[in-house]
Amino acid sequence: MSATGVISQLLAICIALLGAPLLMGWVNQWRAWLQNRSGPGLLQPYRALHKLLHKEAVVAHGASPLFLASPYVVFSCMALSCAIIPTLSTDLPLSPVADAIALVGLFAVARVFISLAALDIGTAFGSLGARREMLIGFLAEPALLMVLFTASLISQSTSLTSIVENLAHREFAIYPSLAFAGIAFTFVSFAENARVPVDNPATHLELTMIHEALILEYSGRHLALIEWAAAIKLFAYSCIGIALFFPWGIAEADAPLALLAALPIQAVKLALGGFLLALIETVSAKMRIFRVPEFLASAFLLAVIGMLVHFLLGA
Amino acid sequence: MNSLIAQLINLFASVMLIVTFAMLSQRRILTLIHLFTLHGLAVVGATTVVAYITHQHHLYYSAGITLVLKVILIPVLLHKLIDRLNVRWDVETLINIPTLMLVGILLVVFAFNLALPIAELSTSVARSTLGIALACVLLSFMMMITRAKAVAQVIGFLAMENALFLAATSATSGMPMVVELGIALDVLVGILILGVFMFQIREQFDSLDIRHLENLKDD
Amino acid sequence: MELLFLLLSIPLVGGLVLAVIGHHGYAREVNVGFSLATFLAAAALTARIMSGGPITVADGQFFIDPLNIFLVTLTALVGCTTSIFSRPYMRVELDHGKMTPMRMRLYHSMYQFFNGTMLIALTTNNLGILWVAMEAATLTTVLLVSVYRTPASLEAAWKYFILCGVGIAQALFGTILLYMAADKVLGGGMGALLWTNLEAVKEQLNPTIMSLAFVFLFIGYGTKVGLVPLHNWLPDAHAEGPTPISAVLSGLLLNVALYAVLRCKVLADGALQNHFASHLMIGFGLLSVVSAAFFLSRQQDVKRMFAYSSIEHMGLMTFAFGLGGPVANFAGLLHMTVHSLIKSAIFFAVGHAAQKAGSQLMEDIRGLLKVNPTVGWGLMLGSLAILGMPPFGAFASEFLILTTAMRELPWATPLLLLALGVAFASIFARVQPMVFGATELKPLAHPPSPLPVFIHLGLGLMLGLYIPPYLDTWYRQAAAMIGG
Repeated sequence: MSATGVISQLLAICIALLGAPLLMGWVNQWRAWLQNRSGPGLLQPYRALHKLLHKEAVVAHGASPLFLASPYVVFSCMALSCAIIPTLSTDLPLSPVADAIALVGLFAVARVFISLAALDIGTAFGSLGARREMLIGFLAEPALLMVLFTASLISQSTSLTSIVENLAHREFAIYPSLAFAGIAFTFVSFAENARVPVDNPATHLELTMIHEALILEYSGRHLALIEWAAAIKLFAYSCIGIALFFPWGIAEADAPLALLAALPIQAVKLALGGFLLALIETVSAKMRIFRVPEFLASAFLLAVIGMLVHFLLGA
Repeated sequence: MNSLIAQLINLFASVMLIVTFAMLSQRRILTLIHLFTLHGLAVVGATTVVAYITHQHHLYYSAGITLVLKVILIPVLLHKLIDRLNVRWDVETLINIPTLMLVGILLVVFAFNLALPIAELSTSVARSTLGIALACVLLSFMMMITRAKAVAQVIGFLAMENALFLAATSATSGMPMVVELGIALDVLVGILILGVFMFQIREQFDSLDIRHLENLKDD
Repeated sequence: MELLFLLLSIPLVGGLVLAVIGHHGYAREVNVGFSLATFLAAAALTARIMSGGPITVADGQFFIDPLNIFLVTLTALVGCTTSIFSRPYMRVELDHGKMTPMRMRLYHSMYQFFNGTMLIALTTNNLGILWVAMEAATLTTVLLVSVYRTPASLEAAWKYFILCGVGIAQALFGTILLYMAADKVLGGGMGALLWTNLEAVKEQLNPTIMSLAFVFLFIGYGTKVGLVPLHNWLPDAHAEGPTPISAVLSGLLLNVALYAVLRCKVLADGALQNHFASHLMIGFGLLSVVSAAFFLSRQQDVKRMFAYSSIEHMGLMTFAFGLGGPVANFAGLLHMTVHSLIKSAIFFAVGHAAQKAGSQLMEDIRGLLKVNPTVGWGLMLGSLAILGMPPFGAFASEFLILTTAMRELPWATPLLLLALGVAFASIFARVQPMVFGATELKPLAHPPSPLPVFIHLGLGLMLGLYIPPYLDTWYRQAAAMIGG
């Protein structure tokens, strides 16, 4: 528990909490620019959060304590996940709390709570959103686990920090298994973060919305927390992707200078990732809902093949 | 540096595996033909790399033949064919796609298992890709039997031949030239015959849906 | 050696010539001419082998040994008699409008090419070229099966192509694995695929690779032999193609495929030194015999029924070769010859009968003896012969197989007897009303030639009573070589 460890841990959490809306703004701004609009500005999510936090939270009459507690639970899950994902440094004292598999469990807890809360009020949209969310989650989770397994098999550990350290230290080689896992991870993150090939984050049409349907009943500070949590989830997924597949530049333990250098490197990587996300969202069309299982089945498949190829080729 | 080149072989083989799975789940015939071209390119790439590493010149010729035949000639023929036949979309596959994917995974596991003891005995530099080649063969076979349109069956057949070619390269550093020429000739003639056939099927049934071809049964 | 090249090039040249002139009226006679020339070349080659012993030609690329010499002569003979049969048969088909002169061109040239590829497959020493020739034979027959252009024939040809294409691809993988095993022992290059070289070093071939290779080769070539469960193409191809093609498919192509399996079995046995290959062959052979007998009993179409009979007999032969030993191998080889002759004779008779009746359904064919004694007697005697009635040759071979089975594999004998019994009852019950009884069928405009049917039946009869000494020697030597 060195000083640099504590600092890097706090830094990781703060950067995640404060920087996630910025990433969201960046992605939305690029979507606007690619669609030839002028866009709302990079800091728009902050303004939205500020507005929501100052508004009154209106709650339906039949709401149970679960409904009231869910935003806090979801937010804490996301914050905790950011604490264990190596964003700037692999020296995270909190990392023994949860390894890669528990991370997937954390995301699952968040998903369960928000789906139950949506069902809680009893509106049609809520149950519709909950069912669709569970369908996607049910198929995306195995794929995500397989991706993490592949990475763990290559680096002989399930702790995210150890995985990153191991992968960063290998000499540059072409790992087909990681290539497969990377593609599978991209598919899964599109599904989990409600991005365009799977779900349009800006729509409120009954036919097409999944994530938005879950949070229709929330307002005020509850909505603020949930929106913040969604941004943190996107941030977390991007950081997992970078940590697993492009880990160069992440600082190690007891290297304060590297920690300082890691910040701009990570910012550049995230910016690039955000741009690519916006590009793919602009270029793709949203899939029909019953095609989503095929999409996720192919993600699962690619992840499994990645693992099998690792066994076969040793790479 | 040498090992990086050797890893290229693995990469090409993995690309072939992905493309085979993509072909399994594709519905549009045009995309199928493009994927098949990519498939052929991956095989040509792998063979060329093996030829470069092992300094076997006849493999360059084999790669050249495959390039001309499977990447240029046959896709052009297929494009002409689907233009004349006016086939664009496929109907649903006979089994739904997620199930196909899962069966595909099982086949891949089976193929890898089968190939592991054999691959250890091979002397070729590409020996680890024998499992992938066998998996591609089995997946192409599955594509042939679960597709409803004749063109898709033909593409599955051709993809199987591609995978067999990769298997030959990975098991033994290539078969003798005469045999490979014979195989190439057979494939070309086979495609021409299949093309003729598809016209006749079209004439008879006004459709290329092979479910029209299921009337001869034992009663 | 020029005789062999003459033998191989005559059908190929014939195919090219007929591709140009095949739509004329005299094309049928030209077809017969080329087939006759092939047969004469084969006879000359046989005479040469009788006096000289096995030969290798062209730097070891082709060879003739006891196993393939009688098959070569048989192929040439059946090819010749089938072309004689096809003369009047195709004239009637042309008159009835089922064929056009253009398609006759395709038919004749593909027929010659088919003969050529089969002869190449039989005489080549190179297992890769064997594969190429088998695939080429499949391609030519696909075009031949669909030559009537009816929906049913297109379906049959498509199914044939896809199933056999997949099977042949498995056989290619098996050949690749075989080359891999050979590569280790003999080094690379063309020499590693030559069967004579492989046979000399078969004990040194790696067992793991060889067992997998044999499985793939067996599945691949076994599809072309028509073993259950890969037999689906066979009844359709026989029923929907023209009858001469059914005759050569049953009589020749199945034999060549079984020959390929045998060549691979010799290598596998040498490498594995256990009975893996034999067990596979026994299992699938038995399965084919029993399933085919039961499928047979439910057929309404006469050509489909005899197609299933072919599956049954090929299963019986596979079973015999699986049993191994000098007696069973001898019986298998004898059965290959006799089945080929008699089945094609049956198809000759059936073809004309179906033409007279205008339908292939057995309930539409009646009273053949009254209308045309050739066809009637041919069908009657042929059916009796194929069912194993003495004194025809099939009785001798089936008897030998059954007695060997009783000695070595007693539990299989009741199954075999059951299957043979069911087949006997079904075929006999169906053929009797077809041959006897009153009828309104009219004679055909072009009378069928009695020559092919009775030559074949005569040879079948002769082989049941007396096997010529040189043939006997070849059978014994081949049986010893197949071993097991």
